[in-house]
Amino acid sequence: MPKDNGIGASPKRREDVRFLSGTGNYTDDIQVNGQAYVHFLRSDIAHAKINGINLDAASAMPGVIKIFTGADFEGVGGIPCGWQVTDRHGEPMQEPAHPVLAQGKVRYVGDQIAAVVAETLEQARDAAEAIEVDLEELPAVVDMKAALADGATKVHDDLTSNLCYDWGFVEENKPAVDAAFEAAAHVTTLELRNNRLVANPMEPRVAIGDFNRATGDSTLYTTSQNPHVIRLLMGAFVLGIPEHKLRVVAPDVGGGFGTKIFHYAEEAFCTFAAKALNRAVKWTSTRSEAFISDAHGRDHVTKIELALDAENNFTAVRTDTHANMGAYLSTFAPSVPTWLHGTLMAGNYKTPLIYVNVKAVFTNTVPVDAYRGAGRPEATFQLERVVDKAARELGVDPIALRRQNFITEFPYATPVAVEYDTGDYHGTMDALENMADISGFEARRKASEARGMLRGFGVNCYIEACGIAPSNLVGQLGARAGLYESATVRVNATGGLVVMTGSHSHGQGHETSFPQVIAEMIGIDESMVEIVHGDTANTPMGMGTYGSRSIAVGGSAMVRATEKIIAKAKKIAAHLMEAADADIELKDGSFSVAGTDKSVAWGDVTLAAYVPHNYPLEDIEPGLEETAFYDPANFTYPSGAYACEVEVDPETGKVTIEAFNAADDFGNIINPMIVDGQVHGGIGQGIGQALLENASYDENGQLLSASYMDYAMPRASDVPFYGVDHSSQTPCTHNPLGVKGCGEAGAIGSPPAVINAVVDALRSGGHDIHHIDMPVSPSRVWQAMNG
Amino acid sequence: MSQVTMTVNGKEMSGDAEGRTLLSQFLRETLGLTGTHVGCDTSQCGACVVHVDGVAVKACTMLAMEAEGASVDTIEGQAAPDGTLNALQQAFQDHHGLQCGFCTPGMIMSAADLLKNNPQPTEAEVRHHLEGNICRCTGYHNIVKAILAASGQDVSSIAAE
Repeated sequence: MPKDNGIGASPKRREDVRFLSGTGNYTDDIQVNGQAYVHFLRSDIAHAKINGINLDAASAMPGVIKIFTGADFEGVGGIPCGWQVTDRHGEPMQEPAHPVLAQGKVRYVGDQIAAVVAETLEQARDAAEAIEVDLEELPAVVDMKAALADGATKVHDDLTSNLCYDWGFVEENKPAVDAAFEAAAHVTTLELRNNRLVANPMEPRVAIGDFNRATGDSTLYTTSQNPHVIRLLMGAFVLGIPEHKLRVVAPDVGGGFGTKIFHYAEEAFCTFAAKALNRAVKWTSTRSEAFISDAHGRDHVTKIELALDAENNFTAVRTDTHANMGAYLSTFAPSVPTWLHGTLMAGNYKTPLIYVNVKAVFTNTVPVDAYRGAGRPEATFQLERVVDKAARELGVDPIALRRQNFITEFPYATPVAVEYDTGDYHGTMDALENMADISGFEARRKASEARGMLRGFGVNCYIEACGIAPSNLVGQLGARAGLYESATVRVNATGGLVVMTGSHSHGQGHETSFPQVIAEMIGIDESMVEIVHGDTANTPMGMGTYGSRSIAVGGSAMVRATEKIIAKAKKIAAHLMEAADADIELKDGSFSVAGTDKSVAWGDVTLAAYVPHNYPLEDIEPGLEETAFYDPANFTYPSGAYACEVEVDPETGKVTIEAFNAADDFGNIINPMIVDGQVHGGIGQGIGQALLENASYDENGQLLSASYMDYAMPRASDVPFYGVDHSSQTPCTHNPLGVKGCGEAGAIGSPPAVINAVVDALRSGGHDIHHIDMPVSPSRVWQAMNG
Repeated sequence: MSQVTMTVNGKEMSGDAEGRTLLSQFLRETLGLTGTHVGCDTSQCGACVVHVDGVAVKACTMLAMEAEGASVDTIEGQAAPDGTLNALQQAFQDHHGLQCGFCTPGMIMSAADLLKNNPQPTEAEVRHHLEGNICRCTGYHNIVKAILAASGQDVSSIAAE
């Protein structure tokens, strides 16, 4: 019988009631007394010199309070980058200045030239149209390979070229990898593009800066996945405000998917302007603005080679990737194509030799950074596509080829610097084969063919590294932050608990799932636990939510703090029952003395902690509140096997997803309902990437797909019901809950299954096709079929 | 500026609006009914769906002045006065049909419109009806399931909660 409380139960989400009744509190719902509005004048040219800005007419427009330009920010720090990559020659990456408002040049369509603050948003917009900007257009750098050619126009004049870094991993392995390719019985090569995406959380970004002149305190309300990180980056590196004078609040946040991790110029602007003008300043992004100002994702161009011996064992993998950074380095951009991508190139396979080369390139496009999966989808896509192609070239079953090369013994140290603690790749593949009804596929294909349609089946595996991350390790790899998490657990006198966590929930349901853990540990009902998050003023230091880290790192911090609570509560209970601390047991919310029938209830102990009349004051303090910081010992490694079945209309090239099944191993699971929902959402985004979505620039650096009229978001009719299974569970060995994280898996695991299925369908129709780049739009498929 | 008056969730409400003020903006900023969300500027996302005189409308496609004298229903008026969720809202909670909650008001108002006109829709009809409502979190699985369940259909055979 399913549990109805604690770990493994699926209680209804408590946050749903406010979201379903229109009483959530999203950032744009906040109105600060006397707030002014800012509208940013953004460049509509990709690359230009700013020869002059004339504000005279605009400044005289009704309602205008002040118009800011780059000149107002000359004494202010730039937007910092949080990760420094060292290149294959031991040199640091090239790191350009990133001003809050453009200084001297604009470098992408969307770059902020000026900021108009006015009494109303309409007045600010009207005035922005009256600003005269003298832009001298320069050649735009859009294509990555052209950007690296001799004599290419430079995005940043003070850098030596458009190359941010040339990264080799593991550099010392390169001669051995090359030798393995010389000795290979078979080599499969594939060139592909991981298409550029826009994250598109449904809530556009919002920032409200506020300032209290009497206290000197600044407050920023912002749509962030990690308010403490914004406080640290903006306070320390941009505006010079110490943490105790700066409060950052991220209330209900309408989805993040990575693009709300980063510190953006608009946040710094609103905080700066609020102090300069002594009144609150609010910015609400439009969707059109989001397309040209939210950091984009993916955009890799890769050549991957797989070497096999005569028995079809993988002997080496070699890749050559160009990764687009856009015009400036967004907060974690340099880490995505390197440490979140190269370290995953072993996948689920015991390939002994791997070499990854990544050239990160500046272009006149929107900055590119982490989007759901961040580096791991790029690794999975190329690896699982090349394995599928190899199976076809060798005439072997793609599932059998994968199984033959699976890692089966754990812990397993890969040749790309990570150690998988647990996994069962045959187990998830078994589960997938059960779900996907592979034996019935040929009959389904014949039925499709009878209707004039082509049918294809594709499968792939994935591995990802989550629970980001051990601070000492990421420090060595160039992170400029620690990646622990913290939690404070406050027990009230009457027994209820409040958990203040540095993790941030923006759809993940922490307010429901985190209490389940504490309910399980203490043996109380989860309704006795409340979660507080998203406000630096009332939560301890936090690194926030991304990289599927909340339960693995934030949850572990909460467990550690709760363990301290229980240890102290046992001392109190021992005193109340006149027993030894070591003899106290906690079960079902009651403390008892081992081997006796003596017991005190949870509530009696918590009351004693706050009304310490009969209390061991000489040994312990009153009160019951503990904080823990948890720094993980390793990444976690969720894994799985996914299958997609498609139908392709040979007349139109339209691809229809007929079935999608996912078997994941997330280790232990706190709330199965929420985990399933996370997988569904990830698959929806992965199908979107594979079939529909593309941030497309023309040669002048104009974003052609800059609204929902042009950028094809997946709709309900583009996707089927999904099959989801997580019966294969190998618990993580190094965190207290044995959890691995589930937020990104769906987006990582699904694109290659779709493309493998489409290629299979087209080949069944006699088309000699090995690859089609995403998104596999009808026109691309039709062209592939018709040469 | 002119004064606009409409009946919102059964209550007469008035406020000032410019000629260019959208109904979505008027509801959110003038009347303080922030449950209606704005997720795009091209009338694609559907987060702002409300009912005007009983018909589902994207509130960003209508000027506030056009709603003068109209009866407008928003997400804030869907639950019972004591806060009890209606059957459709309850089905979304029961079947985990929402995650971040931003698209949810529009999903509820749009789905209510569907079920009013088609009390027993097929899966395909539900998916087709949601063409104008974008969700980025759920992959639509549990939204479609919740709407089918709210229509009284058995959803137990649909894979996974």
